[in-house]
Amino acid sequence: MGTYTLRRLLGSLPVLLGILIISFLLTRMVPGHPCDWILTDKGTQEMCDRVIEAKGLDRPIPIQFGIYVKDVIRGEFGNSIQTNRPAIQILAERMPATVELSLAAFLLAVLVGIPAGILSAIKRNSPFDLTTMIGANLGVATPVFWLALILMYIFAVLFRGTAFWLPPSGRLSPGVSSIPFYEVYGVIAAEGSARFLVLEFLSNLYIFNSIITLDFDVLGDTLKHLILPAVTLSIIPMAIIARITRSSLLDEMGLLYILGARAKGLKRRAAITKHGFPNALLPIITIMGLQIGSLLSGGVLTETIYAFPGLGRMLYESIITHDYPVVQMIILVIAVVYIIANLVVDLLYAALDPRIRLE
Amino acid sequence: MWRLVFRRLIQNRSSRTGIILLGSLFLIAIFAKQIAPYDPAKMLIWDEGVNRRVPPCLHLLGCPESEPQHIMGTDSRTRDYFSRVIYGTRSSLMIGIISVGSAVVIGTILGAVAGYSGGWWTAGIMRLMDVLLAFPVLLLALVVMALLGPGLENIIIAIAIVQVPHFVRITRANVLALKETEYVKASRALGGGYFHVLLNRILPNTLTPLIIKGTLGIATAIMDAAALSFLGFGPNQDALEWGTMIGYERNSMFHAPHLVIFPGLAIVITVLAFNLVGEGLRDALDPRLS
Repeated sequence: MGTYTLRRLLGSLPVLLGILIISFLLTRMVPGHPCDWILTDKGTQEMCDRVIEAKGLDRPIPIQFGIYVKDVIRGEFGNSIQTNRPAIQILAERMPATVELSLAAFLLAVLVGIPAGILSAIKRNSPFDLTTMIGANLGVATPVFWLALILMYIFAVLFRGTAFWLPPSGRLSPGVSSIPFYEVYGVIAAEGSARFLVLEFLSNLYIFNSIITLDFDVLGDTLKHLILPAVTLSIIPMAIIARITRSSLLDEMGLLYILGARAKGLKRRAAITKHGFPNALLPIITIMGLQIGSLLSGGVLTETIYAFPGLGRMLYESIITHDYPVVQMIILVIAVVYIIANLVVDLLYAALDPRIRLE
Repeated sequence: MWRLVFRRLIQNRSSRTGIILLGSLFLIAIFAKQIAPYDPAKMLIWDEGVNRRVPPCLHLLGCPESEPQHIMGTDSRTRDYFSRVIYGTRSSLMIGIISVGSAVVIGTILGAVAGYSGGWWTAGIMRLMDVLLAFPVLLLALVVMALLGPGLENIIIAIAIVQVPHFVRITRANVLALKETEYVKASRALGGGYFHVLLNRILPNTLTPLIIKGTLGIATAIMDAAALSFLGFGPNQDALEWGTMIGYERNSMFHAPHLVIFPGLAIVITVLAFNLVGEGLRDALDPRLS
C-alpha cells in the first residue's frame, strides 16, 4: 500500500504542474497589459514600472513562471483588484462556506442515494423501484440553476408564513452574526499571519464555530440557511449514486456466492446487504469520487443563486468584474482540491480492493 | 447491424421514450416557424394591448375566450413565451450537436495519434488531457469564457474544449487495444501505410463507444451551455435560448414563476431525451457495458 500511495502521489505532480501553468497563463492571455488590470486606470507609469519589477514582467517567461510558483507556495496570490485586500484572506473567509455546503450536499446525496439504490435493487421492478429510477433519470436531467429557483419559489414564497418556510439567501439571517471562537476564547493572532488565516478559516465554518462556542441560535440559523442550497446541490449526485448502487448491486445478486449465502440459510435481504453490498461498493465509491467535481461545478450556480458567500459565487463575481488575481487563486484552489479528492478516492479504492495495488 | 441496433432500441421502454422525445424535439426545431403562434421577438403590447408577464392562458382549460391565448403566458417584454420556448429548441440542439461534434472530431484525431504513434506526442497530449480533466467541468468552461468573453460561439468553443479529453481517452484506449490485433498486423504486413491502417482498419472499430459517449455528451453539453448562458455568458439577453431566458427572467420568479418553469422543463426534457437514447444505444450496441 505504501509504494502504491507514493506512486499515485508522484503521478499527480505533472497534473499539478499543468494546473499551475494554466492558472499562470490565464493572466498572461487576458487582453491588455497586466498593469492595466492590476492598477486599473489610476496607475501611473512609475507604479506600473514597480509592478513590472516585482512580478518580473520584463524577464523571460520561464523565470516569470518561477516567480509565480514561488509566490503561490508562499500563499501570495496578490491583492484583489476590487477590494484591494490580499486574495488569500478572501479565501479564508469564503472557502469555509463552500466546504460546509459541499459536505452537506455530499452527505445528503450518499445518505439518500445509497439506501434508495439498495431498496430499488432488492425490490426490483416494484412501484418503489420504478419511481426511484424515474426520479433518478429526471434528477440527472435537471439543471441546477433551475432547480434552485424552483425550490426558492416553493419554500421561500409559497410557504411564507408557515413552519416550512426556508430563507432563500445568505448564510445567516439579518441581525444574526456568528462571533468567531477566537474572540470568545481570547486567542490572539497578528492580522495577516498564517495563524490568523487558519483561525479565520475555522471560525468561518459556522457550524463548527457555533458548536464550540455553544451558540445554538447561530447553529440553527446556519442549518436553516444551508437546507435549500444543499438539497439543490445534492440532487444530481444523489440520482447518480442511487442508479449506480442499484445496477452494481443487481450485478452482484446474479452471482453464485449470493446463492451460496442463501443456501446456508440467510434471508434474501441479509444475503444481499451483508454479502452483496460490500462487493458492490467499488463502483459506488468511484462514482462518489467523480461527484466531487459535480459538487464544485454546481457550487458556482447554487451559491450564485442563493447569494451564498462561498468560493463559487466569488469566482463568478471575480470573472464578471475582471478581478484576475482572485480568479487565478480560486481556480488553482478548486483544481487542487479536486485532485486531492480524486487521489483519496483512488487510495480508498486500492485499500478496498487488493487487486488494484498489485497492478 | 444498424437495423438490429434500432430494433433493440425500440424494444426497450426507456430508450423508446427517448427516441420519441428526441424525434419530436427535432421536428419542433425544424418546424418552429409553423408551430409557434407568434413571432418570438415581437412585443405584443403595441397592437394587441397584451400585458407583461401574463400567466398562461389556454382556452381549452377554461381561460375566457375574450382573452388572447398564450399557452405559456407572456414575458417581461410582452412577447409570446410559448413561441420563444419553441424557437429555443433550435439553439439548444445546435449548441449540443456542434460542440460535441467538434469535440468528437478533435478528440478522435488526437486520441488516434496518441494511441497509434507513441513517443513524446502521446505523452504531451495525454498530460494535457489529464490537466484538463483535473478541472471540474463548469469551472473549466468558465475559465475559457473568462478568456474569450461572452457569446454563442464562445460557449460552443468552451463546451467543446471541456468535452475533448473524454473522447481522446476513449479513442486512445481503443486504438491501443486494436493496434495489437491480428487483423491490423495482417493489414500492415500486406503493405498498408500509416494512414490506411489507422483510418480504414482501426478507427471504424472505435466508433461504437464514441457514438455512445457522444450522445450522452450532448446531454451534458446542453445542460452546461444553459448554465453558462444563465450566468450571463450567453449571446445577449434577447437570445432565443432557454438558459438565457431563465437568466433574464430569474427576478420574475416570485410573481410570474411560469417564465422560469417552462424553459427549464424544456431543458429537462431535452437532456432526458439524449440521456435515454444514449443509454439505450449503450445497451443495444454493447451488451457487455450494461
